[in-house]
Amino acid sequence: MGLTAESVKVKLKEIYEISKDEDQYVVALAGNPNTGKSTVFNYLTGLNQHTGNWPGKTVVSARGEFKHNSNDYILVDLPGSYSLFSASKDEEVARDFICYGNYDAVVVVADATCLERNLNLVFQISKITNKVILCINLIDEARRKNISIDKEGLEKELNIPILLTAARKGEGMKELKEKIEKIVLNKDSRDEVESTLYFQQDAEVREEITESNYNYAKELKEKYVKEDAKKLNRDKKIDDIVTSKIFGIPIMLSLLGLIFWITIQGANYPSQLLSNILFGFHETLTNIFIRLQVNDFIRGVLLDGVYLGLAWVVSVMLPPMAIFFPMFTLLEDLGYLPRIAFNVDHLFKKARAHGKMCLTMCMGFGCNAAGVIGCRIIDSPRERLIAIITNNLVPCNGRFPLTIVLSAAFFAYSGSFIDSIIPAISITLLVIIGVFATLVVSYLLSKTLLKGVPSTFTLELPPYRAPQVGRVIYTSIIDRTIFVLFRAIVVAAPAGAVTWLLANIYLGDMSILIYIANFLEPLGKAMGLDGFILLAFIAGFPANEIVIPVLLMAYMSTGSLIDFESVESLKNVLLANGWTGLTALNVMLFSLLHWPCSTTLWTIKKETGSLKWTFAAFIIPTTIAFAVCFITASLYKLIF
Amino acid sequence: MKLLDVKVGEIVKVKNNRAQDYLKERFLALGLTSGAQVEVLRKGPKNNLTVYRIRGAMIALRSEESDLIEVY
Repeated sequence: MGLTAESVKVKLKEIYEISKDEDQYVVALAGNPNTGKSTVFNYLTGLNQHTGNWPGKTVVSARGEFKHNSNDYILVDLPGSYSLFSASKDEEVARDFICYGNYDAVVVVADATCLERNLNLVFQISKITNKVILCINLIDEARRKNISIDKEGLEKELNIPILLTAARKGEGMKELKEKIEKIVLNKDSRDEVESTLYFQQDAEVREEITESNYNYAKELKEKYVKEDAKKLNRDKKIDDIVTSKIFGIPIMLSLLGLIFWITIQGANYPSQLLSNILFGFHETLTNIFIRLQVNDFIRGVLLDGVYLGLAWVVSVMLPPMAIFFPMFTLLEDLGYLPRIAFNVDHLFKKARAHGKMCLTMCMGFGCNAAGVIGCRIIDSPRERLIAIITNNLVPCNGRFPLTIVLSAAFFAYSGSFIDSIIPAISITLLVIIGVFATLVVSYLLSKTLLKGVPSTFTLELPPYRAPQVGRVIYTSIIDRTIFVLFRAIVVAAPAGAVTWLLANIYLGDMSILIYIANFLEPLGKAMGLDGFILLAFIAGFPANEIVIPVLLMAYMSTGSLIDFESVESLKNVLLANGWTGLTALNVMLFSLLHWPCSTTLWTIKKETGSLKWTFAAFIIPTTIAFAVCFITASLYKLIF
Repeated sequence: MKLLDVKVGEIVKVKNNRAQDYLKERFLALGLTSGAQVEVLRKGPKNNLTVYRIRGAMIALRSEESDLIEVY
C-alpha cells in the first residue's frame, strides 16, 4: 500500500475535519440504505436535500444545522452503508468519516423491520466510538407488521442509548435531540482503538468479525424482537405480482402510461386557465406601453419577446410538472423503483450495463443533470461512464410538454376517450424507444470504447412503505417543480428577447432569423423537419422547454409568439408551415434523441472530468437523432 | 450445493462464499456469513435475478453471484 495506517489517519483527519464554530457540535448520521436516514436528517434540520438523490440514497454527504436548548449542531448525513468493511465509493465516505471525522456524536439509524441486518453496522461503529446513539427508525412500519421491540432489554444489553422513532411523523425526534445533547456534553474523549482495523487488508479477520457480529445480531433479535410471520409476508405477496415474470413489465408500463395520462388530463384545464390569464395580461401590458408611448422596438423585445416567452413556458410547463413530479415521487416513496430495476435487469445485463443504471435513468425523467449526478451510485468506472453518456436518451421533464402538445395535435383526432389516451401512449412509446436506444448504445460502447463485462450487482428490495402524501407533494413541488421551472424561466426570458430580435432585425428584405432558417433548411428537409425546427432546437440548447415557443415565434411572420388558445390553433399554425404527421413524429423523435442541454453537458464535464467523454455524450445522441430522423423521412418518402 | 441451484420456497444455510475482494465483502456485509439462513423467494424475468430473504431483508442476486455461494 505504501501508506501506513498512521499516515492515512493524518491525511483523512485533514479531509474529514468539519470546519465549525467553537460552540458548535458535529453529529454524524450513519446507517444502512433505506432506513429513512434522510428523513431523520430532514426532520432535524428542516432542510430538504433531495436534489441529486433519490430517497434511500444519499450520494454525497449532506450537511445541515439545527439548534436545541441554545446549543448549535452541525448534522452530517453520511451515505448509506451496510458495513464499514465493504467499500464502494459512497460507503468509503461513511467509513472514513466514522473513523476519522471530528464528530461529537454518531446517530446510527436502523430499520425496525430489519434489525438483524442493521445491527452489524451498529456493532462496528460502537467499536470505534463510545459516542453512539441507536435510532431504531420506521417503528410505525414495524407496528403495522406486528413487530415489537423490547427497547429496554436491548439498551441494557448493548449499553448504548436507544430510541424508537418514526421520523416521518416526528415521533421520537425530540427525545433524539435530548439524547444527542447528553452525549455531546459528556466530555469523555472518543476512543479510536480499533479504527485502524478498517483499513487493513486482512480479509480473514474481517470475515471472522462479521460472522460473530451477525451471530450476535441474530441472538439479540431472537431475544428482543417479536415478529408476526403472517404480516411479514405482505411485501412478498405484493412482489409476487409486481415483480412476477408475466406481469412485472406490463404493470410497469401501464403505471408509466397511467401517470402520463393523469398528467396530461390534469394539466389541460390549468394550462388553459394560466395561458388565458397570462396572455390576456399581455394585451393589458401592450395597451399600457402604447399609452406611455414606449418605443415600439423596446415594447417588442420586452412584451412580444421576453413576456410571451415566459408566459408560454409557465403556462405549458408548470401544470404538467406540478402533477408529474408528485406522482413520480409517490412511486419512489412507496419503494417501487428498485422493483423496476428488478424487472428489467436482464435487459441491462444483456446490454452489458450496470443494473443500477435503470435507477439513474428514472432520475433522468425529472432532469438529466440530476440523473448524471445520480450515476455516482455506480461503482465501476466503465459502467458509470456508460450510464452518464446514455442518460440523456431518457426524456426529461423539459421535453414532455413538446411531446404532449404535438401528439395531442397530430395524432388525437376527435376528442373521444380513446383520443385522450393517445398522447399518453405516445409518450410511453417514446420512453420505450429511448430505453431501447440506451440499451443499444450501452451494448455498442461495451463492445468498443468501454470494453468489459457487467460488474457484480446486489439489489435490495426494501419493504413497501405507506408514502407520506403531504410531504411528497411538498418536496416534489418545492425541490423539483420550482427548481426546474425557475431554470426554464431564466433561460426563456433572454431566449424570447433574442428570438424576437433575430426575427425583427432585417438584412435587406429578410430577417436574420429567416437567413439562418434558410441556411438550415436543406438539412432539416432531409430529416423530415425544416430549417425553423432545427433553429429552435439549437436555440433550445440552454433548456429544452423553449423549443416550441421559439419555433412558434419564428413561424409567426411578425416574430412574436401567438396566444396558445387551443391545440387546434397550434395545429393550424404548424399545418400552415407545411407540417405533416411525419414532421410531428420526427420532432418528437429528435427531441428525445438529440444532444443534452447545456446544464446536463456541464454536469457531465464536472462528473467525468473529461472533455473527451463530454464530447461523446454530445455526439452520440446527436448522431442517433440525425440518423433516426433521416431514416424515418426516407421511409416516408418511399411509401407515400 | 450452490445457492443458484436451490429451488424457490426452500430454506438453506450458507457454508461459505467463493467470491473475491469487493463482492466478498459485500456478501458478508449483507449477512451472508457461514451458517446464515437464506430463503429463496422468487425468480425474476429470464431467471436472471433471484430474490432471497437474507437476515430479514429481501436481496436480489444475479445467477453469477448466487453461483459463488455454497449452501447446505
